[in-house]
Amino acid sequence: MLRMLIRRLALGAITVFLVSLIIFAGVEILPGDACTAFLEREAQGQLLENCRQELGLNRPATERYLEWAAGAVTGDLGVSANGQKQITELVGYRLRNTLLLASCAMLAGIPLALFLGVVAALWRDRMVDLTISTIAIGAMTIPEFVSATLLILIFSVWLGWIPGIVLTSANAPISEFFPEIFLPMMVLTFVMTAHILRTVRSSVIEAMASDYAQMATLKGVPYWRIVFRHVLPNALLPAINVVALTIAWLLGGVVVIETVFNYPGLGRMMIDSISDRDLPVTQAIALIIASVYVGVNLAADLLTMIANPRLRTLHMRKG
Amino acid sequence: MAVASTNARPSVASRFLGVIADITSRPSGAIGLALVTFHLFLAIFGPWLAPYDYKAVDANLMMQAPSGAHWFGTDHLGRDTFSRTLLGGREAILVTGIATPIAVLWGGFVGIFFGLVGGRLDDVLMRVVDAFLSLPWILKMLVLIVTFGTGIEVLIPTLAFFYGIPVIRIARAATHDVVARDFIQAARARGHGRMTIIQRELLPNVRDALLVEGAMRWSWMLLAFSSLSFLGFGVSPPTPDWGLMIADARGFMSFAPWGVLAPVIGLSSLIIGINLTADALAKALGIDRAQKAPV
Repeated sequence: MLRMLIRRLALGAITVFLVSLIIFAGVEILPGDACTAFLEREAQGQLLENCRQELGLNRPATERYLEWAAGAVTGDLGVSANGQKQITELVGYRLRNTLLLASCAMLAGIPLALFLGVVAALWRDRMVDLTISTIAIGAMTIPEFVSATLLILIFSVWLGWIPGIVLTSANAPISEFFPEIFLPMMVLTFVMTAHILRTVRSSVIEAMASDYAQMATLKGVPYWRIVFRHVLPNALLPAINVVALTIAWLLGGVVVIETVFNYPGLGRMMIDSISDRDLPVTQAIALIIASVYVGVNLAADLLTMIANPRLRTLHMRKG
Repeated sequence: MAVASTNARPSVASRFLGVIADITSRPSGAIGLALVTFHLFLAIFGPWLAPYDYKAVDANLMMQAPSGAHWFGTDHLGRDTFSRTLLGGREAILVTGIATPIAVLWGGFVGIFFGLVGGRLDDVLMRVVDAFLSLPWILKMLVLIVTFGTGIEVLIPTLAFFYGIPVIRIARAATHDVVARDFIQAARARGHGRMTIIQRELLPNVRDALLVEGAMRWSWMLLAFSSLSFLGFGVSPPTPDWGLMIADARGFMSFAPWGVLAPVIGLSSLIIGINLTADALAKALGIDRAQKAPV
């Protein structure tokens, strides 16, 4: 158990390390650097030289990478090219806002997905299942900006219930984000629920057809007892990993949603930093998002390991 | 033995027809395939079907409600929304239609190759793939697009490259399922080289999984492409594109909702069509895709 734990942690750390290499190398390989990007047309002669001197871009790449990585580990993400602000400060509130949005969506979405998934599986191929599955396919396939636009049209333009755009500033207290957060949260919940629901449905169906469930039926165990005692504990295990993958995937989707609703989170900041060509900020955000992804996946693996005794001793498969 | 096995296998054409028949025998598959065919038809023949010039600006016709002359009304520049919606999928279908096969081909090849070779190299590759997958898709693409500019010649390679990476995983997993089987051992014992084994033994076994994967990638790529257009990093105006049209019409949504609704219906029906077809294809080929999570 402990050895596997250490192994998983090490693999996670290696992934984050590789990501940091990719991010750094990506920015190095692409034409231009933080200075030419920031100065744009004035990037020549003395001005460019001064800027590079100031940001220390004249030094060899390995030296700069080590400094950047060491800073990131201790929580110092460097300074932005645009305005020379501490990136850690800039990012802090944005990260909080994105996490707020994501956790609201998860609190609503995960129980809903489990419930609907189980219902769809138990009443497989009936009207309930067909309705749930069809809506789920719709939610999974329609781009977030489309469902977001439709929700704004319905709830804020036609019904006038909730504001369709978030006007709260990035560093406002959490309470001020309600009720504006409601529409972006709904879009996130909608997409997330659909993904988790589909896995829950198919794994419950699989467990219901398993030998032990049939054995219990033959022994005369009541139907609902089979569902709750025999099937669900086994069927819901794979859901943990899908929840993790979905959360990770939503980190990309949240970028679009934040832009549509003008929500002051990390995603919108990323788009802004890319448009402004503020490379240090882009690098920092990429590293944060990738670390969250790796962390969430790690947590899911550990949870599954704790929940499933068999995995504690078996050698886990690589990849 | 090789001769006997090729004779036993049905020809590609008859197998293709069989799969199509299987897809259309399911109601959802039939609807999906019909939607995809309809959109492909519009993409090819749209320019001859559109009643108006998609870029004809008319200041007297701004924000007109739907009427007999303009079925879906007009947009903020007085352009006919019906014509623009009709043509709005062309760029998206062209770009993703070229990028998807490239992504599946290169991702599939790399995945099969490393799945067969295995060992240290394979471990390292998988860590790199994991690292790439842990970055949000939008970030990876935007960085390239902002550096090299928008336009088809940048979008196609960018999409093809990044969407090939998750394919590596699928192809590798499918290869691992067959690589330990006897016929691979037999081929190795016969002294076949790696390329021959991939071509003759692995590819026929992995092909179905790759086909389904390709269909799914196509719909996700469309999603990504239209999201990029929506954010202003995709096609450039005045080319009609659904994502861009939705972004443009959003501001006038309160009094001209048709400007948003028309492209929304166009885009959604295509993506739903591809997904229904992919689902039916997976069932026809005997592959369960409900277990797969998005990457």
